[in-house]
Amino acid sequence: MTTDKKDLYRDKGETGSLLDEMDTSNKNLQNIGVEILPVHTEGTVHAKRIPGKFRTFKWWAASFWIILFVGPYLRWDGHQAILFDLPNRQFHIFGLTILPQDIWILAMILLFFALLLAASTAIAGRLWCGYFCFHTVWTDVFTWIEEKLEGQPNKRMKLDKQPLNFEKLKIKVPKHLIWLLIGLATSFSFVAYFVDAFDLWSRLFSLEWGVTETTVVIALGVATYFFAGILREQVCIGFCPYARIQGAMYDTETVVPTYDKERGEPRGRMRRAKPGEEVPELGDCIDCNLCVAVCPTGVDIRYGQQFGCITCGLCIDACDSVMEKIKKPKGLIRYASLAEFGGKQLPAIWKRPRVVVYSSIMAFAGIMIIWGLLTMSPMDVKALHERAPLFVQMSDGNIQNKWTMKVVNKGSVPMQAQISVEGPEGLTYSVDKVLEIQAGNVGSATLFVKIPKKQLTDVNTPIVIKVVDLNNPAVVERYETAFIGPRVR
Amino acid sequence: MAHHNPWPDEGNTGHIWDEDLRELDNPPPLWWMLSFYAGFIMIVFYTLYYPVIPLTDETGEFTKGMAGWTQVEEYHEDYKVLKDWRKAKFADKEEKLASMSVDEILKDDEMKSYAVATSKMLFGDYCAACHGAGGQGNPNFPVLADDDWLWGGKPAQIEASIKNGRIGNMPAKGMMGNLTEQEISDVADYVIALSEGKGNDAAYAAGKAVYAKGMCLACHGPAGKPLAPAGAANLTDQVWRFGSDREEIINVITNGVNVKKNGSYIEGTKQAVMPAFKERLPNAEVNIKRLAVYVHSLGGGQ
Repeated sequence: MTTDKKDLYRDKGETGSLLDEMDTSNKNLQNIGVEILPVHTEGTVHAKRIPGKFRTFKWWAASFWIILFVGPYLRWDGHQAILFDLPNRQFHIFGLTILPQDIWILAMILLFFALLLAASTAIAGRLWCGYFCFHTVWTDVFTWIEEKLEGQPNKRMKLDKQPLNFEKLKIKVPKHLIWLLIGLATSFSFVAYFVDAFDLWSRLFSLEWGVTETTVVIALGVATYFFAGILREQVCIGFCPYARIQGAMYDTETVVPTYDKERGEPRGRMRRAKPGEEVPELGDCIDCNLCVAVCPTGVDIRYGQQFGCITCGLCIDACDSVMEKIKKPKGLIRYASLAEFGGKQLPAIWKRPRVVVYSSIMAFAGIMIIWGLLTMSPMDVKALHERAPLFVQMSDGNIQNKWTMKVVNKGSVPMQAQISVEGPEGLTYSVDKVLEIQAGNVGSATLFVKIPKKQLTDVNTPIVIKVVDLNNPAVVERYETAFIGPRVR
Repeated sequence: MAHHNPWPDEGNTGHIWDEDLRELDNPPPLWWMLSFYAGFIMIVFYTLYYPVIPLTDETGEFTKGMAGWTQVEEYHEDYKVLKDWRKAKFADKEEKLASMSVDEILKDDEMKSYAVATSKMLFGDYCAACHGAGGQGNPNFPVLADDDWLWGGKPAQIEASIKNGRIGNMPAKGMMGNLTEQEISDVADYVIALSEGKGNDAAYAAGKAVYAKGMCLACHGPAGKPLAPAGAANLTDQVWRFGSDREEIINVITNGVNVKKNGSYIEGTKQAVMPAFKERLPNAEVNIKRLAVYVHSLGGGQ
């Protein structure tokens, strides 16, 4: 495509995209896209840490993850407050017990959070990536430890280049040990949501862990160490699918950390002009590269929005501190949308279609969760109709249907389930027993229902199977089903 | 293909089409290639070790690998493990089942559930071919899920039926074999009326007379109801052994059930033979009990 053809395909004027400045007359590799994905390729990113608003906010957001470590030790009614008991197929969340029958609530919870991610990303970029994601947080903590032990980035880089010797090991080994320890603490806490935490501790000291527990703790622990300690930003850039999905959730109204090109360019170092020398007209960017130095993923925000940027705001902190020093207004890099740079007014949040659609689905999921939790019955009834035969002609002229009744006790106290049937006149039924069901168990009974043939006007006759807990008569489940008879002629 | 290469440093293969469309040489990483080659070497050992070569020798035996491993052997070994596990796990239940009578099992919730659960496959293998997968019966074969029993629906009677088998018996054209077509038609009407509860209506007096003359009452009882279950159908109820159709009823009265002449069945007679299962079933002692419990709980046990 020649230059004049390119213009046919593009709007007149700037789009704010990197493609604007691309020379497409020669199609060598640099010109077909290698350069427009600026990825840090010179080894480990050693980012500088400087204080600031976003730095503080990042620590607050990160402290949210303390819950992960504390959670397993919370108790409720004598058992672990949050326990995903897979062997017994029960989820305990405080006073609530969720059995597989209620798993649709879990689907609603997942839907809610998926849409929360979408909505927040559409409004303010990769909030999750930048502040809350466990990988971001763990990497942040790991590099903080690294800085405490090895010093500032330049020292770290020098240490990395040194040949292996005792001095180097003396610094490196404790660091890796601490990382590994954090990794194992993480995996231990994770596993402690699936088995009782105190039990897990006591069995750790008596060396009685099972294969699954041991494998999961070691594998997850090593993975944490490896991902947060060694791979770091490579996970965000190369592995993580959410990073890519979220890029697709942006639009021109999404606010993300952006470099104000108009104000900053042409960039250059501030120089005091010698007498008689012409001072070039420069923008506010003094090309100090501090924004690059602090970036945990090693990108240069001045290239514009790019896939390596996790929108953590640390470059904003860096740039603001410089602007303060050179007495220029802050905000050369700031949270801003493409629309803003295009000179357009940002519509109110509730007037953006994406936000409206996302939040209505979120609201739906939220209502379903609340409704599900409020109406959750401690009893679950399933009636399985006998398939062969569907019905039987009895000697006294009745038609008989057979059901296998399954009653699940989802509550925490034993249940006495009595089954009765309501239907057309002349209906009789027999159940082999009143079910005694322990908490969390299933009881099974055989139900026979007979209806006189002359009462049946159709192949299907609606009947209601009613199950009452005799220990707590307020618990009643009505199961609507069909009684099947011969074809009526 | 041009020989002029304007991009010498790019690592292309020198194959350039349409002036700028070119093939790059991006070899896979070394570790990848090494594992690729290792895969080829692996094939050689695999071929030697496992049964790979699809040839048979003179005896028809297939070519085994050096390991002598075969899939079916592994299956048998695994299956044996499962079988042994099952046997060990349920040994006490089986023992208990053997020591109990069918009546006792039916009264014991746990043992009843166990007997029913372990019967499904047996029933499918030995009974379902005639009686249907759920005891729903088949044309000419009795329904087991209803409450009409030719030979009695009490647990002990069901057990006896399974153990020793049953052979139905109904003479053709009445006990003496001398009913005329008109008489058969009359008695058929009477029998239908019996099931509708109208047996004493004057309209069926002729049929009622034939019922007595043909000695039907000897087996089916004076009022159409057998005095004791001995293979004769209850004619007053709503369940028909062979079909409620008038044609079919006339056919059964005319040709009887299991009627033989010179050692072979006469044409049109109903063949109703249930074989004895005490010799057919494996571990018959316990399995007959199990099946009796199962049949009893299908829906009509007494």
